[in-house]
Amino acid sequence: MYVAVKGGERAIDNAHAWLAEERRGDPAVAELTLPQIREQLKLAVNRVMAEGSLFDPDLAALAIKQARGDLIEAIFLIRAYRTTLPRLGTSVPVDTAQMAVDRRISATFKDLPGGQVLGPTFDYTHRLLDFALAAEGEAPAAAKAPATPGPVPHVTGFLNRDGLIEEEPRDDATPADLTRTPLELPADRPLRLQAITRGDEGFILSMAYSTQRGYGRTHAFVGELRIGRVAVEMDIPELGFAVEIGEVELTECETVNQFKGSKTEPPQFTRGYGLVFGKTERKAIAMSLVDRALRWKELGEDNIGAPAQDAEFVLYHCDNIQATGFLEHIKLPHYVDFQSELELVRRLRAEAMTMQEAAE
Amino acid sequence: MTPDALMGGFAAAPQQSARAFRGVLEAMARPGTLHLLEGAAPPAPLSVAAGVALLTLADGTTSVHLAGAANCPAVRDWVTFHIGAPLVRAEDADFALGRWEDLHPLNRFRIGLPDYPDRSATLIVEVDRLKAQGPRLTGPGIKDAAHLSLPEVAAFRANRALFPLGFDCLLTCGARVAGLPRSTIVEDV
Amino acid sequence: MDRKGWMSVLAKAPPARLAALLPDLPNHSYLRPPEIGSVMVQGRVGGTGAAFNLGEMTVTRCSVRLEDGPVGHAYVQGRDKTHATRAAVVDALMQTDAAPRLQSDVVTVLAAEAGALRHDRAEKAAATKVDFFTMVRGEDQ
Repeated sequence: MYVAVKGGERAIDNAHAWLAEERRGDPAVAELTLPQIREQLKLAVNRVMAEGSLFDPDLAALAIKQARGDLIEAIFLIRAYRTTLPRLGTSVPVDTAQMAVDRRISATFKDLPGGQVLGPTFDYTHRLLDFALAAEGEAPAAAKAPATPGPVPHVTGFLNRDGLIEEEPRDDATPADLTRTPLELPADRPLRLQAITRGDEGFILSMAYSTQRGYGRTHAFVGELRIGRVAVEMDIPELGFAVEIGEVELTECETVNQFKGSKTEPPQFTRGYGLVFGKTERKAIAMSLVDRALRWKELGEDNIGAPAQDAEFVLYHCDNIQATGFLEHIKLPHYVDFQSELELVRRLRAEAMTMQEAAE
Repeated sequence: MTPDALMGGFAAAPQQSARAFRGVLEAMARPGTLHLLEGAAPPAPLSVAAGVALLTLADGTTSVHLAGAANCPAVRDWVTFHIGAPLVRAEDADFALGRWEDLHPLNRFRIGLPDYPDRSATLIVEVDRLKAQGPRLTGPGIKDAAHLSLPEVAAFRANRALFPLGFDCLLTCGARVAGLPRSTIVEDV
Repeated sequence: MDRKGWMSVLAKAPPARLAALLPDLPNHSYLRPPEIGSVMVQGRVGGTGAAFNLGEMTVTRCSVRLEDGPVGHAYVQGRDKTHATRAAVVDALMQTDAAPRLQSDVVTVLAAEAGALRHDRAEKAAATKVDFFTMVRGEDQ
């Protein structure tokens, strides 16, 4: 039960003022600017955009500054802001095959048209702290090699030709949108993907990891991981044609999974899919594993009772704003609720004591 | 798209739509009272109040049905440009706009579901005269009784009988609007 | 370049760069004042399959009419209202006699700069292209 409390206005104002001062930290240290956050803490900005479900690097940088680096608080700010925006329309589905790739790797084929492009990756670093960064210095310039910018084909296309992997037939049905209609089960795959792509990275990572350790084993290979920018196109009613309204950075992961076949499907490879705003590689890979685990029913696989196979468990617990809201509300005043609990416990104790005395 | 369709929207949408929303709210909350809806210049044959109501209540996520003379290229383009609402048949409409006789038969409109009575249509009814006289209105939001010049009585009594299901109405004439929610009891005088 | 082409270039242009190339705007009135909103970006399952909602992006739109009649529209990424206004004015001017001058002084310049940035990243990516060799293991010999 919720009972309103009032009072404490001055204390709250003072707490907020102190919060602002603490946010700034030592005034002798230069203040962070939004471009600094946007450019130098790019992966934090990307996470806030992905889970805030709003692509706008400047806004995400502002949210991170305001939240003092607490990314879930920053995501909360972005989610709150996005609800104030009028929805101007829906894009044409982005064509990731047209992506201008910064990075594109495959763990299943070493020689593939377009090549393996490492991009600016942490992979193959030794995870040793670089104390040179503690001192300010110029970063070395990246090397360049001749290139012809242009689309590179998807790896799964090669397997498709041989019929060895399930097709992903085009479907232009209007997908459900959980920002407009509350998530209801059963949720189809497009709705599940929307929930997961804005879900908490840590939660999705752990769910994906659990499938690798045997809780809903799906034996995934990364067929392809690509990061880059794609154009966003939208139909403009007053013009009667579509125009590009911008460009977003995306990370896409396609897993290739073993599949022994079912009553209706021949043995072939199946697919898991991850697509996330920004350079968000860990999240995209995890998303594709969780997507694949949740597909057990449509593929006629056994439900072994693994958490990652349970759509209700995954979809209703992956949103960190819902989770943190419910979790953190228990620290707010519950005096009336607790008072009733207190009285109940006192009464039970009194009854127990009376019975004990009677027995003696 | 016709050039005229691009004219006549809100010039300062945040303030104007807030003011208009207040007007619609008051009209619905106090059936039988008249309120002004102004700030836009919709194309003929829409009244100012009907155009402002649509600008305020509808958007890209609400479907609109245009009935009779309101279903003309000028209005369709104006709705598309300024509101972005998908234009649909009566059975699928969140909002329907037209003259009373053009909105018939009324049983085409959504009346909600027992679990979700809100999933029903709101009719914006264009009328030639709108005065606080005529059939007697009683019910929520009305102290004692009110009167409103309704186009007829039987249809509103039938709609009231569906309560809590049913459609809601806004009656518009010039820049004036009155509300007639499904909860209002209408009687001939 | 057709209208779709120049509108796309204007939508993706850095606002400050567009302002530098076209500091002064002719007289215009708003048909729809600049409005900040969001667009739901969709993807496709597996890149090719069913559409799904990926998340939103911020977009600002604006429609203007020049004094002598031409109408311009803009939908630009981000939340910069002057960017949207300027892009809408350019769209309107591109339908007048001023089009060749704007094409060469503004649109082509912006398109070339965007292309150069893209090419720069592609060259850096190309430098990280790798060939993996599968090593032959002892027991296979």
